[in-house]
Amino acid sequence: MTSSRENPAGTAYTAPETLNDAVIRIAGNSQDGIQSVGAMLARLAGRSEMEVMTYMTIPATISGGPSIFQVHMGSGRVLSAGDAADILVAFYQHSYDDHLESLRDGGVLLYDSTNVEPDLDVLRERRITPVPVPMTSLTIEILGGTGKKKGKNIFLLGLIAQTFRLDMDKIRRLLAEVFGHKDESVLRNALLALEGGYAYSIGDMLSFFTFEEPRLAEGEAAVTKVTMTGNQALAYGAIAAGIRFGAAYPITPWTEVMEQLRCDLPGYRGSFIQTEDELAGIAAALGAAYGGVPAMTGSSGPGLALKSEAISFAVMAEIPLLIVDVQRGGPSTGLPTNVEQSDLNLALHAGHGDAPRVVLAAANVEDCFHLVIEAVRIAHEYSVPVIFLSDQAIATRIEAFPFPDLTSVVRFPGAMPVIADSYKPYSLDRITRHLPPGSRILDGKYPNVTGLEHDESGHPSANSKVHMAMTAKRRTKLEVLAETLPCPEVRGPESGELLLVGWGSTMGVIREAVDRAAAKGACYSAVHLRYLNPLPPGLEELFRHFERVLVVEMNDRDTNGCGQLARVLRAQYALPHVGGITKTDGLSFRIGELLSRIEETVDSRPSAAGPPAEPANFSH
Amino acid sequence: MVHTVNDTPMCAEPRPPLTRADLKADRPTWCPGCGDFSVLAIYHKLLEKKNLPQESIVTLSGIGCSSRFPYFVNTHSVHFIHGRILPFATGLSLSRPDLHPIVFIGDGDAYSIGGNHFDHCARKNVRLMVVVMDNQVYGLTKKQTSPTSPVGFKSKTDPWGSKVAPINPTKKLVSSGATFVARTAASNPNHMLEMMEAALEHDGFSVVECFSECVQFNPGSFDAAVPRKGGSYPPVPADHDITDEEEAYALTREPFPGYFGIYYKVDRPTLNETETGLAADPVSDSDPDAVRSRLEASLRRLT
Ligand SMILES: Cc1ncc(C[n+]2csc(CCOP(=O)(O)OP(=O)(O)O)c2C)c(N)n1
Ligand code: SF4
Ligand SMILES: [Mg+2]
Repeated sequence: MTSSRENPAGTAYTAPETLNDAVIRIAGNSQDGIQSVGAMLARLAGRSEMEVMTYMTIPATISGGPSIFQVHMGSGRVLSAGDAADILVAFYQHSYDDHLESLRDGGVLLYDSTNVEPDLDVLRERRITPVPVPMTSLTIEILGGTGKKKGKNIFLLGLIAQTFRLDMDKIRRLLAEVFGHKDESVLRNALLALEGGYAYSIGDMLSFFTFEEPRLAEGEAAVTKVTMTGNQALAYGAIAAGIRFGAAYPITPWTEVMEQLRCDLPGYRGSFIQTEDELAGIAAALGAAYGGVPAMTGSSGPGLALKSEAISFAVMAEIPLLIVDVQRGGPSTGLPTNVEQSDLNLALHAGHGDAPRVVLAAANVEDCFHLVIEAVRIAHEYSVPVIFLSDQAIATRIEAFPFPDLTSVVRFPGAMPVIADSYKPYSLDRITRHLPPGSRILDGKYPNVTGLEHDESGHPSANSKVHMAMTAKRRTKLEVLAETLPCPEVRGPESGELLLVGWGSTMGVIREAVDRAAAKGACYSAVHLRYLNPLPPGLEELFRHFERVLVVEMNDRDTNGCGQLARVLRAQYALPHVGGITKTDGLSFRIGELLSRIEETVDSRPSAAGPPAEPANFSH
Repeated sequence: MVHTVNDTPMCAEPRPPLTRADLKADRPTWCPGCGDFSVLAIYHKLLEKKNLPQESIVTLSGIGCSSRFPYFVNTHSVHFIHGRILPFATGLSLSRPDLHPIVFIGDGDAYSIGGNHFDHCARKNVRLMVVVMDNQVYGLTKKQTSPTSPVGFKSKTDPWGSKVAPINPTKKLVSSGATFVARTAASNPNHMLEMMEAALEHDGFSVVECFSECVQFNPGSFDAAVPRKGGSYPPVPADHDITDEEEAYALTREPFPGYFGIYYKVDRPTLNETETGLAADPVSDSDPDAVRSRLEASLRRLT
């Protein structure tokens, strides 16, 4: 798939290329509507047989600033947002200066010649085709003075439609959906700008690319797809999971989840409230969960840290709760709009005392929908808090995925009040399942739900035997859960030289790296973990079948070269050949980058495989 | 055996009234003579008097001597963490309008670690009743200065006497928007019952600030409010307008022991009410198909 794009020296400018997939990077300022045109392209791709994945950066300041949107669309399985762009669209000189690097050799530079002056020597050297289009002045011509700021993005959409022969009817329909509810002139102008871009002659460029929009094979049924960001998927997944109450405090990049739920939950007789702080957020969610209403809270790293005392309560009192952490760069306020996977330690350990909880991590946008349903199921079946990790990259990127089958995924895990003869909330012979208040207990003994260590009825007890038994009860249920978890699927052979282990948003990149390495004759395998606590069965066996295991993650390494998950796995299985590839630049891995990091790591450090060394003798 | 409420005939049965025996639970662990005993006794009396269905009462607390409360009353109960029971109770109140959540906490829990939550519950007017058992000291942790300890109070953290001004609970409550603010004392059971009853009947965020003496670490602190100990128990003046914020502030400025009674009571839409009316035609989980088609419609917009 990717090799067809490699442009052998000397053939550029002449031979037309057929692309299976294309990466378009649009660079401008945030107020240019780049995000919205990117989102429309993604939605269009989702409405065709194309796969799509996007990536965007937004400035941390509200007032605007450089911004990009990258769309990767194609006919194969699009796994990542793509490395080098096939087409770079540069609105300004700074866009050109900052992003020319990201354009592949032999690619196309489409630039606003009103604002950008490219260095033609460099372009020639890199066999890049320059396509100057006076976008600003043309848009002003079409729309009048307002076109200087508005409409350029839609003009660009027309240009892209022309280049990739996208279905114009679909685009017109989409514009009608997006602008239809506004003043009539808005849609009219958008259509004008679109047609202008579509009609503008960039004929030459067409000869360098032919991009066929994939068509269905004979007898193949069209798959309806939904196109959304990870944060949207998370919100809808929560609704499908049966969440009917939420409470949280805003923080980037978590906020859109709560905004979406705030708007949507009332339609399901639910509610999502904005609380005064994160402590109140988790407390209110726990209150609803205690009431038998499936509930959630969420935040990013700083807020999860604040919630930790209540997480320990949820463990102790055995209250089912979904806690989302959309990770960003840390520590402290850190890098609010960058990606990092550095909250794993916090997710696993936030809270005091022995406080076993479940931790899951979404691998992509689709996962945000489906895995959050699994998280809510586990929370309710085991009466335990479940921490659900997403990250900035998944939160903001747009993917298309098959329309979920709602008959099978929509759940109603809430607990209704009942009438019981008698009731012990913390009975030792079963997994705790609270009767919600409102339940009538006929023997007249009403239950206490408490954060103090307690006996089976919920009465405080500092008795050693009780504490031991209850601590074990809270631990054992996770052992029971672990046995039910699916062994993660291995991509590639089940034994060999190198196994890459991933979690979270790195899945697509790791898979593309494995595929690309395979095309060059290197045989790597990969496994992606969604259940981070408890870990699924079979991992130790799997790890033993490889000479080397490298955990790829976006966080910092310890003195053994291990990132946060690598350290957990190394400790869990006492396997010294588990190591890591980590990074802290606040950006997602690129495929090329990952491949060279793998090569470096494999070359530089000899594999520590083999039987673990004798334990050190510390006696004097 | 467990039945669902709807499919059992038992809920239709007439029930004998709630008695003190029904409400009896663990034996209180407070020091003999602690004011909290009488708050508990009055709570039992209140529940007996109101005769609410026992299963619909939820007694909630934070952490402190006073917060041991839930173990001593036989209702559904929650002993949460220090300072956070108000948001917990908010979540319960909003999601289970059929219940009667009643919170008992100490002055440290309410006004120090949980102070922020108090302001916001008041401002949002959550349907919730709160009794602050104010002993002007940290009892459970054995005598540290509390946010209501008076200047000069000698504690283990202020052996030379506290030098900072205490907060004025009723003033704080009125200014943050509580729609029911009353003041009472455990030494006056009848008045306490009257205030708690009015608070329970109030539709909104109702707070009863209640002096409850810590005989262990702050003995005699409220003698000035106990007539039989030579003090006085001045009632809120008969001509006080409980709906007038300025008049309420005037009461809060009275020096110790101050007035006892209802300072402020107004009607304002509760958060419970405003949250319920947000969607025009909400679907219910009791109609799974309707839920699915609503979600389906939302997702369709993203195709
Ligand atoms: C997070 C946290 N901080 C501190 C404590 C210790 N602690 C328990 S109760 C309390 C103060 C109790 O004072 P108050 O709320 O006035 O209740 P009282 O015991 O006087 O009734 C403190 C500091 C705790 N349990 N949790
Ligand atoms: S220490 Fe004070 S508040 Fe606590 S039980 Fe004893 S008398 Fe009551
Ligand atoms: Mg106190």
